[in-house]
Amino acid sequence: MATNLSSLADMSVGQRGRVVVLKSCDAIRQRMLDFGLIVATTVEAVHVSPAGDPKAYSIRGAVIALRSEIARQVIVSLDD
Amino acid sequence: MIRGVVVVVALCGNPNTGKSTIFNCLTGLKQHTGNWPGKTVLSAQGHYQHHQVNHLAIDLPGTYSLHANSAEEEIARDFILQAQPDCTVIVVDATCLERNLNLALQVLALTKRAVICVNLMDEAQRKGIVVNVPELSRRLGVPVVGTSARSGSGLSELKDAVLDVARGDIETEPLVEANSYRCEPGLSQEECRDLITCNTVKHAESIAAAVVTLQSATPHAVDRKIDRILTGRLFGIPIMLALLGSVFWLTIAGANVPGELLATGLFRLEEHLSWLMTSLQSPPWLYGLIVTGVWRTLAWVISVMLPPMAIFFPLFTLLEDLGYLPRVAFNLDALFKRAGAHGKQALTMCMGFGCNAAGVIATRIIDSPRERLIATITNNFVPCNGRFPILIAMASMFMIGTGGHFASFWAALAVLLTVVLGVGITLVVSKLLAMTVLKGLPSSFTLELPPYRVPQIGTVLVRSLLDRTLFVLARAVAVAAPAGVVIWAMANITVGDVSLLNLAASSLDPLGRLMGLDGFILMAFILGMPANEIVIPLLIMSYLGANTMLELDSLDALRQLLLDNGWTWLTALCTMLFALNHFPCGTTLLTIRKETMSRKWTWVSFAVPTVTGIVVCVLVAQGARLLGLV
Repeated sequence: MATNLSSLADMSVGQRGRVVVLKSCDAIRQRMLDFGLIVATTVEAVHVSPAGDPKAYSIRGAVIALRSEIARQVIVSLDD
Repeated sequence: MIRGVVVVVALCGNPNTGKSTIFNCLTGLKQHTGNWPGKTVLSAQGHYQHHQVNHLAIDLPGTYSLHANSAEEEIARDFILQAQPDCTVIVVDATCLERNLNLALQVLALTKRAVICVNLMDEAQRKGIVVNVPELSRRLGVPVVGTSARSGSGLSELKDAVLDVARGDIETEPLVEANSYRCEPGLSQEECRDLITCNTVKHAESIAAAVVTLQSATPHAVDRKIDRILTGRLFGIPIMLALLGSVFWLTIAGANVPGELLATGLFRLEEHLSWLMTSLQSPPWLYGLIVTGVWRTLAWVISVMLPPMAIFFPLFTLLEDLGYLPRVAFNLDALFKRAGAHGKQALTMCMGFGCNAAGVIATRIIDSPRERLIATITNNFVPCNGRFPILIAMASMFMIGTGGHFASFWAALAVLLTVVLGVGITLVVSKLLAMTVLKGLPSSFTLELPPYRVPQIGTVLVRSLLDRTLFVLARAVAVAAPAGVVIWAMANITVGDVSLLNLAASSLDPLGRLMGLDGFILMAFILGMPANEIVIPLLIMSYLGANTMLELDSLDALRQLLLDNGWTWLTALCTMLFALNHFPCGTTLLTIRKETMSRKWTWVSFAVPTVTGIVVCVLVAQGARLLGLV
């Protein structure tokens, strides 16, 4: 399990994972939590913009686009 | 509970839940401020009657939480806490209930008097998402009403529930697990907030699991399929350019005929007005002031401004209603990120092509203060409907070389290059602002890609005309009327033999020459501040020494007049550049003042494009002269 860690930013489209750690701070952390990104939440990378950044993630039924520097702060363990 | 006969109803909810559609359905057209649906920062208010009881509905800004992370969240939270509305309607999206319940639970922790409105039930049904409304009501302890605001279904039940709760006919007992919203001792403030939020999210998760049934494993499959094309590497950008390009093309091509009709009508009215004034034996100066001053300026502004806006805004609102616009922001964000700006600035810029004042209002959709200010200050670098005719006229007259078959192609290319230059300048100036004056202001980027929705064409038409077109037009008229007086006075008051206009123009002439222009051109831009539509008529007026604004019959006649006054291709080029980069029009400045609530940022918004314009024009003019091109 532990070997399967990745950040949201490094997920490729179609990959799923569960949140392990949320490293963001302050307002951004709060915003991520408001989106429901708490530990054990399932996230799927669903789209990538034409330039490669930002990517869009399916989080609790909503699709949220995050820039890489924000997505890098969210660590997930990838599903097999 | 009920103050007088008025029931105060607050509407809150996540963005994109159709909250503003509910608000519009409830209040109809009886609203105090014609704010933008869904993008309300200053909350809109409206009245409605139900069972002979007057209700005051307040549309709070759409927020994801009440943690006071942003100005909008603070407004929503403070209103619920301090104004203590008789009933708070929490609008949630049936297609995304779990995330929406988060906010609902936070609101229920603040107030007992609440009704949950599960909106977009029709969309949910289409996607095979079933929400058990009675069970949701049982679990939350407050009335829950399912609605489809777009078809109006469920609204009267909603009004009933609101009145019941406000009157206390229904005893609400929100089932908030009190313990989960309290902190354990010994935790830091941040840990405490984390814990509370996590508990809320888990609570929402368990409720959603109990009340939502999915008939398909992938309810949003169609949206994902569409998005794979519309945000894809291959088709994302081309489709976007084609869509936005057709909106602009339809606006420019479609506005000509109604514009001329309107002008004919308004100038015919001028005859009546002039007959009226003559028969009242008004003194000549008053006649001049009212008819050739105020009326003619107003007629000009309305006939040139109204038709393109009446085409552009409904089309753009249609794209917005479909849910397409956030995809534009998603596709272009990388570009804006490099400039220290927000992807949504792409949308405010698109709006700026219609009208910069509307573009400035549109910056409300950007939720981080720094990026919002950047978008506000730089909006003027995209040419609006009022400036396009200047660009097109200059390009057609002077950029076509020897004419021939490709004449219109070269003219179009020149206009296109000007627009591209405007976008380039926007990005560079955004970067400079982000690195200097706006350094340190907080910034963040998150962007929701909401589900696509079938647009309500009728509603789109009415609301875009009322909220955007008439709103902008009213502001323009308010600025243009007094400007008509100034223009008339400048052209008619003489010192010795020279009119004030000529006097001012000759004092501006040295600066004008340095910029590749002349004093009259600069003067036309200054007097054209109420609305750039009148810059060319003003210029003709000054060159002909007339004392009222004029239009020439043909571009050839205009070209000859300009050539007679010493114009070269360089003058035309510099006029195009200055049209692109100069102080925002009066309407836009007024709007910036209202939106930023700051004199300082209004001045910055005035100075940044003006200085840019002067620098660019001087560089181009002097460069061309040095190289011996003229």
